[in-house]
Amino acid sequence: MNFNEIQELIKLVNKSNLTEFKLKDKDFEVLIRTEKYYKGGHQTFVSTPQMMSASQQYPSPSPVVMNPAFKKPEETSDSTSAEAPKGKNLVEIKSPIVGTFYRSSGPDKPAFTKVGEQVKQGDVVCIIEAMKLFNEIESDITGTIVKVLVEDASPVEYDQVLFLVEV
Amino acid sequence: MFNKILIANRGEIALRIIRTCKEMGIKTVAIYSKADTESLHVRFADEAVCIGPAASSESYLNIPRIMAAVEITNSDAVHPGYGFLAENANFAEICRQSGVKFIGPTPEMINKMGDKVTAKETMIKAGVPVVPGSDGLLKDIKQGIKIANQIGYPVILKATAGGGGKGMRIVTKDEDFEDAWDSARKEAKASFANDGIYVEKYVEEPRHIEFQIIGDQHGNVIHLSERDCSIQRRHQKLVEESPSPFMTPELREKMGDAAVKAGKSINYEGVGTIEFLVDKFRNFYFMEMNTRIQVEHPVTEEVIDHDLIKEQIKVAAGVQISGKNYYPMLHAMECRINAEDIFNNFRPSPGKITSFHSPKGHGVRVDTHVYAGYSVPPFYDSMIAKLICRAQTREECIKKMQRALDEFVIEGIKTTVPFHKALMKNEAFRSGDFNTGFMNTFNIDDCIE
Repeated sequence: MNFNEIQELIKLVNKSNLTEFKLKDKDFEVLIRTEKYYKGGHQTFVSTPQMMSASQQYPSPSPVVMNPAFKKPEETSDSTSAEAPKGKNLVEIKSPIVGTFYRSSGPDKPAFTKVGEQVKQGDVVCIIEAMKLFNEIESDITGTIVKVLVEDASPVEYDQVLFLVEV
Repeated sequence: MFNKILIANRGEIALRIIRTCKEMGIKTVAIYSKADTESLHVRFADEAVCIGPAASSESYLNIPRIMAAVEITNSDAVHPGYGFLAENANFAEICRQSGVKFIGPTPEMINKMGDKVTAKETMIKAGVPVVPGSDGLLKDIKQGIKIANQIGYPVILKATAGGGGKGMRIVTKDEDFEDAWDSARKEAKASFANDGIYVEKYVEEPRHIEFQIIGDQHGNVIHLSERDCSIQRRHQKLVEESPSPFMTPELREKMGDAAVKAGKSINYEGVGTIEFLVDKFRNFYFMEMNTRIQVEHPVTEEVIDHDLIKEQIKVAAGVQISGKNYYPMLHAMECRINAEDIFNNFRPSPGKITSFHSPKGHGVRVDTHVYAGYSVPPFYDSMIAKLICRAQTREECIKKMQRALDEFVIEGIKTTVPFHKALMKNEAFRSGDFNTGFMNTFNIDDCIE
């Protein structure tokens, strides 16, 4: 494997949800462990890609990493929309505030919306809680929910993409 | 000691705080607006939370958004930096009620010193010399003229809620009083939503000499000597230095004592600065107190060789201070590098920095959040870097600053580097013989682009 291939491999692993990746080829072996590996078992929000700062440290030993390429916030949202089905007219519903995202109004209540369901402009799609205040977030578009990008009870920041809607 | 500190600020000071936290093993959370997505403080922090759009009111000044970020990151302390919410008693109170340590004074201390009239009353009670003036806010023009004649013209009308030079008018005779009164009140109301005005003797061509103090939670207050900040344009500091070329050991003792007295009178906790006006006879008068870390803190750091942000965090965590004062061991100077066009009235010059090379070498320090390729946003203040030099003597310090300014390359935007180069050549500046009126006599044409 040459240097460029290793660099590409590291980028791929980091973009994925893998915590550890091992490759063996004749007399060459590479082991890549992401930060998630080391933080496994801790609070969810610490490992949520969107919450981490752009300065994700590639853990040592990875002497090949020359750009501890600061994962830019834009890169993260790019990769999430890249996973969505292509060729459709997709609109993002983004968080207008900072807080904790909830799919429903209570632990035993049904989710406001699910993948495949229709949503009308003005419908409540989720709750974002901040400082004990539960804010109902309404959709500003009409369409079908194609993807839910945030896990229930995880923290979200301003402008974080919550749902992808096909209009 | 704190586990995790959220820095409620941006730019170079956010980076400054993050650096010290890293050295102390404290985790850091950066908050940022959409306009600051590419900012260094976001990249250097352990975690980062986008809290809103570019407008300060929706981001760095927005208390609910900031507190939400504190909550979801489980931060146990907030560092407010300078500017923004650093001296907002309401924010300090909300932090207190939320069980999060505000790294700074209590809301009560902020209130006591934030209101200029109250601050002055507190100082009079503490036996700290103040500029003679009205006992509180002026009721009307008649009272103002009476007091002006008592203390003697010229006088200056000042807004009690003021800052940054707004709501101030100089009056030289009775006939001008009414116009100045109306104009000052109007400006104060527009800038601070408070048209309260008081009057003071206008100390002519004074020097602005401030003392750094620090107080702990156990009643101890000490000072770390002075900074001379007389080089100002429209009440905005351009250059600061320590020690002051006008200082004598006797004056330092007297002013230092007064500064410590001022801090002790309110049982001050945290870092703070007592600003004094000093006239040509070396009489000094309390002007105001800043209850936060200041932009020019590196000047003091370089001459006493201590990390002020670290000390600030330590006292916030309850650590006791030594109780002794600190005196300058070297000479240091800071030039504030702003993204401004000096040939067009210093108007802001935001935009993309295409090339950036900061000076280095012995005795040269640059505190900055910018880099080549960074776009200076138009939404915030224009300061992009602080160039701090230190040397054994003032003369060597100036030479070093000249050498450093010559090395400083910032392309793509206009900066105040040419101004500082010309300043370092200026005879009055070099001789140390200047006061706050200096910029009125400085010729911009002396600057070479």
